[in-house]
Amino acid sequence: MLWLTCPQCGSRPVEEFGFGGELPTVPDRITDPHERDIDYAWMFDNLEGVTTERWFHQAGCRRWHTVQRNTINDTVVD
Amino acid sequence: MNEFVETLLEMTWHEPKSSYDVVIIGGGGHGLATAYYLANHHGITNVAVIEANYIGSGNSGRNTTIIRANYGIPESVRFYQHSLELYAGLEEETGCWIMHATKGLLWMAHTETGMRAERARALINNACGGETHVVGPQEIKQICPQIDLTGNGRYPVLGASYHVGAATARHDRVVWAYAQGAMKKGVTVLQHTKVTGLLRDGDRVVGVETDRGPIAAGIVMSAVGGNVTKIAAHANVRLPVRTHALQAFVTNAYALDFPGIISDSELSCYVSQTPRGQMLIGAEFEPQPSYSMQSSFNSLASCAKKITNCLPFLRDLRVLRQWTGICDVSADFSPIMGFTGVDGFVISTGWGTWGFKGIPAGGQQMAELIATGETPDLIAPFALDRFARDHAMADLGSAGTR
Repeated sequence: MLWLTCPQCGSRPVEEFGFGGELPTVPDRITDPHERDIDYAWMFDNLEGVTTERWFHQAGCRRWHTVQRNTINDTVVD
Repeated sequence: MNEFVETLLEMTWHEPKSSYDVVIIGGGGHGLATAYYLANHHGITNVAVIEANYIGSGNSGRNTTIIRANYGIPESVRFYQHSLELYAGLEEETGCWIMHATKGLLWMAHTETGMRAERARALINNACGGETHVVGPQEIKQICPQIDLTGNGRYPVLGASYHVGAATARHDRVVWAYAQGAMKKGVTVLQHTKVTGLLRDGDRVVGVETDRGPIAAGIVMSAVGGNVTKIAAHANVRLPVRTHALQAFVTNAYALDFPGIISDSELSCYVSQTPRGQMLIGAEFEPQPSYSMQSSFNSLASCAKKITNCLPFLRDLRVLRQWTGICDVSADFSPIMGFTGVDGFVISTGWGTWGFKGIPAGGQQMAELIATGETPDLIAPFALDRFARDHAMADLGSAGTR
């Protein structure tokens, strides 16, 4: 099972957290402002590898923090 | 696929040619069904299906084989009802036995809110051609005597919607039926061939780069499962798709009298019985995206804990096998089919929780789209540009899992 390290509460099981999604990034090649908004709102990098995400400690201190996670084996990267 | 199976099937395997009219990436149900309908209904036989492993080794071999149409939005009900009807006629169409059995599906509710959702589901289903009734606890007990209506005191069953037409079929046989039907007409299926890139000519996609050399194509279709984002990125197509790992397991055999299919979105579980008597149980996917095919004890335990509240007999069974597939979940939980905005590149993805039920309709409609160059009306609402047009087809409540 995945355990996340909350800056306030330390290492806690993933059930306590809400997944906030990857940090949205829009590729530079998209230049039209309208297209950029659509990409920001809907599209995902969905990386196979290390991805930067936001997590919410729902059943704990109720604060957001950023996590680097490897999606190949679903483990947190230090 | 093992050699024993290959000798049973009438399949002829070819070496890759340097060019085809249509190249389909992904030799699962959707890819092979598209090839089948192209070859058998549109006369386009110069087609190659490229599969990185063996055919049906991805999500087509990992799903829970449930065929149903009880969705929450009219467009989806119409599409899946069409698929359900194609499944019912598939043995006649392909001449292959796919072990299709109409069973009926109980979608249970444990709260008043759940009941309200099931009433709305029944209304929409009936209006769009999929027969669904709202049933009370006594009728549920008649349909499925194994259910504990008190839900172990924790999840009392208030009612359910009963989807009459729901069915199951043998997943491998569906894949083989389409593969065999396509290959008989001259379609090339390339197993153990990895697509490493897309060939471009300006903005156009003109073929695929594989580990067995480049293959030119008039049109390239992606029928890839969990890895679709990487394939689309080769054509600079951005997708609203996240890859999640989804798990399922089977128990040892139980007397062959478990009726129908039980589905429960509040418990995020679904149960059916395979023709061998094994209880096939599917779970919810984890909230965070993952490409890992590692099954977890955690998921097994949480699913077993919940479902045994309503089906206490499952406590006496043993788990035989557990597996994981990586599925392509779209942002609005509805599939994405059609043109991508890049010439020569079409896509069928976002099948979420494995997409087995959509195989015949998805294949048939995508074949029509490729053959005619026009989007058929049935799948027009599922086009990729619906997100840009602000016409997302949100239907999380019908995904069966969260």
